[in-house]
Amino acid sequence: MKQVFKKPAALCDVPLHYCPGCTHGIVHRLVAEVIDELGIEGKTIGVAPVGCSVFAYDYFNCDMVEAAHGRAPAVATGIKRTNLDNIVFTYQGDGDLAAIGTAETVHAAARGENITIIFINNAIYGMTGGQMAPTTLPGQVTQTSPYGRNTETQGFPIRVSEMLATLDGPAYIERVAVDCVKNINMAKRAIKKAFTCQVEKKGFSLVEVVSTCPTNWGLSPEEAMNWLRENMLPYYPLGVYCDKTSK
Amino acid sequence: MAEKVLLKGNEAIAEAAILSGCRYFFGYPITPQTEISAYMAKRMPKIGGVFLQAESEISACNMVYGAAAAGARVMTSSSSPGISLKAEAISYIAGADLPAVVVNIVRAGPGLGGIQPAQSDYHQATKGLGHGDYKMIVLAPSSVQEIINLTAEAFDLADFYRMPVMIIGDGMLGQMMEPVTFELPEGRKLPEKTWATNGTGMKRPHNVVNSLYIQPNDLERIVLERNKKYQQIQETEAKAETYCMEDAEYMITAYGSTARIAKNAVDELREQGIKAGLIRPITLWPFPEETYKQYVGQVKAILSVEMSLGQMVDDVKLAVESKVPVHFYGRCGGNIPYPNEIIQKMKEIAGGIA
Ligand SMILES: Cc1ncc(C[n+]2csc(CCOP(=O)(O)OP(=O)(O)O)c2C)c(N)n1
Ligand code: SF4
Repeated sequence: MKQVFKKPAALCDVPLHYCPGCTHGIVHRLVAEVIDELGIEGKTIGVAPVGCSVFAYDYFNCDMVEAAHGRAPAVATGIKRTNLDNIVFTYQGDGDLAAIGTAETVHAAARGENITIIFINNAIYGMTGGQMAPTTLPGQVTQTSPYGRNTETQGFPIRVSEMLATLDGPAYIERVAVDCVKNINMAKRAIKKAFTCQVEKKGFSLVEVVSTCPTNWGLSPEEAMNWLRENMLPYYPLGVYCDKTSK
Repeated sequence: MAEKVLLKGNEAIAEAAILSGCRYFFGYPITPQTEISAYMAKRMPKIGGVFLQAESEISACNMVYGAAAAGARVMTSSSSPGISLKAEAISYIAGADLPAVVVNIVRAGPGLGGIQPAQSDYHQATKGLGHGDYKMIVLAPSSVQEIINLTAEAFDLADFYRMPVMIIGDGMLGQMMEPVTFELPEGRKLPEKTWATNGTGMKRPHNVVNSLYIQPNDLERIVLERNKKYQQIQETEAKAETYCMEDAEYMITAYGSTARIAKNAVDELREQGIKAGLIRPITLWPFPEETYKQYVGQVKAILSVEMSLGQMVDDVKLAVESKVPVHFYGRCGGNIPYPNEIIQKMKEIAGGIA
């Protein structure tokens, strides 16, 4: 019998702890598929963040390092610099990457550090129970913006891909979503391009994945996908923000 | 015999690190340790090493964490305010059992403080500067030659015990120029880094470098196991120098550059007929308690001299279990205690007792 579907080899054979309908699982799978397809598992080191994906070190079959909150790009830099032939990626949420870890992110990008960042933008702090993130939309209700994010006192969301694309350092930045099959396929292509960019030593790559957190958004998985399309995509347009990979 | 060269303390740290096989240095500028970064920036690219000026001490030390996880010999250096920022990563380094060397060329605090020498980070270094139950081996050289030997030892200790090791100095020691040789002490036999995250090569199960244990019993087991290692270190690695202690009636104790000043005070006191001696801890953690205990029945009083408001003095009291009166003399703010001040204080103590 022909096998048509299986777990990627780069994913460990363990149950993931994510909530039902959470898109972290989809993105894990895409990353693992790309690692398989490029045949790089043996020389890949992943860096897990602090956030819902903290246990990613138990999910990927490659070597894994757990970083302090926000510091994954610095940790990845340290790992990468010891062996430039190794492939190093971080997997980070929006609180991790765009709040506490802003400096680490911006400077890894500015240095053109040859690492790959998978950035999960779900507009909220998932792990700590749904507080306002730097990506929380204006008016969005969270535990720490109970009356909706008030831009006068709580400021505006950060568009990470656009911001980093202003720098000369990055080689490839794309924003994707995982709300439907078409977009999931696009996301896979982007992640593969990002890893390929690193394999070819072309420099810093980041894929921002617009994601859902049904649990803390207080929505069913299906409603969450609709909310993503209706509210997040207009604020966070999908597309390629920087591509120097053909150079 | 190896050739003698004239070198500044800070440069000696950098060169000794390179000779010890350190090829990765992550730093951020701060006075009075800048020469270490400058030396590394010059030398590392020439020998296939990496010098990286990070965006902050937080990042620099997290880069150290990453490079250590990958199995490299790695170092960072800073001075007091920067060390406070490295505290986060040092706690993670300890929690993930990684080897790394951190240099603190201490300056006066608190806050931005000043840029002159101080020893006011003793508590921070020896009692754990980051969060959690952990220890760091802390080495306190008092000459440029000793800086070289202890830097080499620091890398070995870090690798041997898989833990962070701090070399603690001050601006005086960092800037001091002395003739030195680079005959490094013979290193330890070191375990292989089978735990390193440098790629499985598809030849072994994946390694994980981590300090998170969500189940209390798991974390307690790990912390207790690590504590056994700390106890072993306390028993076997404590080091001190004694000077004129054989017949001493009065003990002065000091570490680092202050110990050199205290030595002059001991000589002068002896000329004046007061039998003084010196104990100079070389390891601040583990604190050389046994060395102090030996003199409990012998000395009438102890004077701890520090460039602080009195921090090591607490450990001295604990070591002698307060069976001997322990006094303190210190200067702070970046000032250095002078021999005549120490002599004066010791005479007051001796006079009071006699
Ligand atoms: C220094 C530090 N501050 C705060 C925390 C608590 N904390 C854990 S996860 C988290 C937020 C993570 O949110 P995000 O990065 O958006 O990831 P998600 O959980 O949504 O996937 C915070 C604040 C921590 N572990 N360490
Ligand atoms: S809290 Fe949100 S981000 Fe975290 S696992 Fe659940 S759904 Fe996913």
